[in-house]
Amino acid sequence: MLEQYGAIAILAGVAFIFPFIPLIASAMIHIRRPTHEKLLAYECGIDTIGRSWVQFKSSYFLYALAFVLFDVETAFLYPWAVVFRSMNAPAFLAMFVFMAILLLGLWYAWKKGALEWK
Amino acid sequence: MQESASLWVGLGRAIKQAVLAATGAPWVAELVHTLAGVVGILSIILLSALVLVYLERKVCAWMQMRLGPNRLGPYGIFQTIADIIKLMTKEDIQPAQVSPVMWGLAPVLLFMAAMTTYAVIPFDAGVIFADLNIGIFFFVAVGSQATLPMLMAGWASNNKYAMVGGMRTVAQMISYEIPLVFSLLGVVMITGSMKMSDIVKAQEGLWFIVTQPIAFVVYLIASVAETNRTPFDLVEAESELVAGPFTEYSGMRWAYFFLAEYAFMVGASCIAATLFLGGWNGPFLPGWIWFFIKVAAMIFLFMWFRWTFPRIRVDQLMSFGWKVLLPLSIVNVVVTGIGLWLFFPLV
Repeated sequence: MLEQYGAIAILAGVAFIFPFIPLIASAMIHIRRPTHEKLLAYECGIDTIGRSWVQFKSSYFLYALAFVLFDVETAFLYPWAVVFRSMNAPAFLAMFVFMAILLLGLWYAWKKGALEWK
Repeated sequence: MQESASLWVGLGRAIKQAVLAATGAPWVAELVHTLAGVVGILSIILLSALVLVYLERKVCAWMQMRLGPNRLGPYGIFQTIADIIKLMTKEDIQPAQVSPVMWGLAPVLLFMAAMTTYAVIPFDAGVIFADLNIGIFFFVAVGSQATLPMLMAGWASNNKYAMVGGMRTVAQMISYEIPLVFSLLGVVMITGSMKMSDIVKAQEGLWFIVTQPIAFVVYLIASVAETNRTPFDLVEAESELVAGPFTEYSGMRWAYFFLAEYAFMVGASCIAATLFLGGWNGPFLPGWIWFFIKVAAMIFLFMWFRWTFPRIRVDQLMSFGWKVLLPLSIVNVVVTGIGLWLFFPLV
C-alpha cells in the first residue's frame, strides 16, 4: 500500500520537474526582444482601462456552494457503493434518506433561482 | 490473453531482475522499476500529443472537406515536428503586469495534474502504474485538480479576458464534476470495488456500456466539458475571450496548456474504455492492442464532437449540467442501487 503511494509520489515529482526541462531549453534558444508595447496586457490593441482584479458576480459563488455540497456527498457515496450489496435493509435505506435530504437542498436551490445564470 | 499480457509485464520484470543482478539491492531494483513506469507514462503522453495534434487537424479537415496539413513530408506527417520547433524558438513573453510566480507555475501544475492521473490507468492485465484500491476515486480526485491551475492562470495574468476565462473554467468544471462522479458510481456499485483491475475483470462477460448506458452518456458529455473541448469550450471561446486563461501565454508555456488538454483527453478516453468498454478484454488480439483500439475510438468520438457541434451559451451550459445531467445521474445511481440490492444481493 505504502509502496504504491510512494510510486505515485515519484510520478508526481517527475511530472512537476519534467516541464521545466523544455522550458529551460526553450529559454536558451528563443529570441528575447521585449518592448514596452509587447509587455502590455493583451486587449486587442486597446489600452487597459481600470483594474483587472475586481470583485466578481455572486452566481459563481452560489455554484461553488452547491458544488461543495455534492462533492462531500460523493465522498460518502463511494465507500457506500462498494459495500451496499452486503448491507441490511435499514443501512441500505439510510443512504437514500441521506440522498433525499441533499436532493431537497438541490430542489430548494433550484426554486430559489441559485442555479440560474444571471 | 494471459500469454500476450506478459509482453509489458515481462519487460518490467526483466528490467527489475537485470538491476537486481547488477546492484544486488532490492530497493534499487524497485526504484528503477518505478522509474521505468514513469518513463512509460511520460512517453505515452508525449507520443499521444505528438500524434493527436496532427490527427486532430486531419480529422477536422476531412470533416470540412479540406486537405489539412499536407506540405511537410508525406500527407504532412511532419507538421507536429515543425510545430514543436516553432514553439521552442518562439519568444516567451512575460507581460509586465502578471503575478510572476503564479503565472509561471500554472502551466506546470496543469501538466502535473494531467500526468498524475495516468497512475491508475490499466493499459493491460498487470500493466498499471499503481493498482490502488481507491483507483477510480484517485482519478476523479487528481483530475479535478485541473481547476486550480486554470484559475491561477486566469487570475495571475491580470488581464480581463483571462480573468473572465479563468472564472468560467472553474464554474464549468465544478458543475460537470458532479455528474461525472455520479456516473462512475454506477460501475462501482456493480463491481463492488474501486480497484481498476477488479472493474476490468468484472467486464469479461458483458461490458458496462450495456448495463449502464445512461451513465456512459452522462460520463461522455461531462468529460467533454471537463476537458474544455467544443461544444463546451467557453473557457477559450475565441470570438469573445481571445483565448481565455491562456491569453497572456506564448511559446513553450502555452504549449503546456495544449499538452495538458490532450493528456486529459486521452486520460478521459482511457477511463471510458476501462469503465464502460471492457478495458483490455477482447478476443484474439493482445490486451493492450484492444485497449489502444478502444481508446482510439473514444478519441475519435471526442474529435467528432468537436468539429460537429457549435459552441453552446454559458447559461445553457450551466442549466444543462445542473438541471439535466445531475438529476439524470442521481436517478441512475438510485435505480442501479435498488435493482442490484433486490436482484443480486451478496448476503
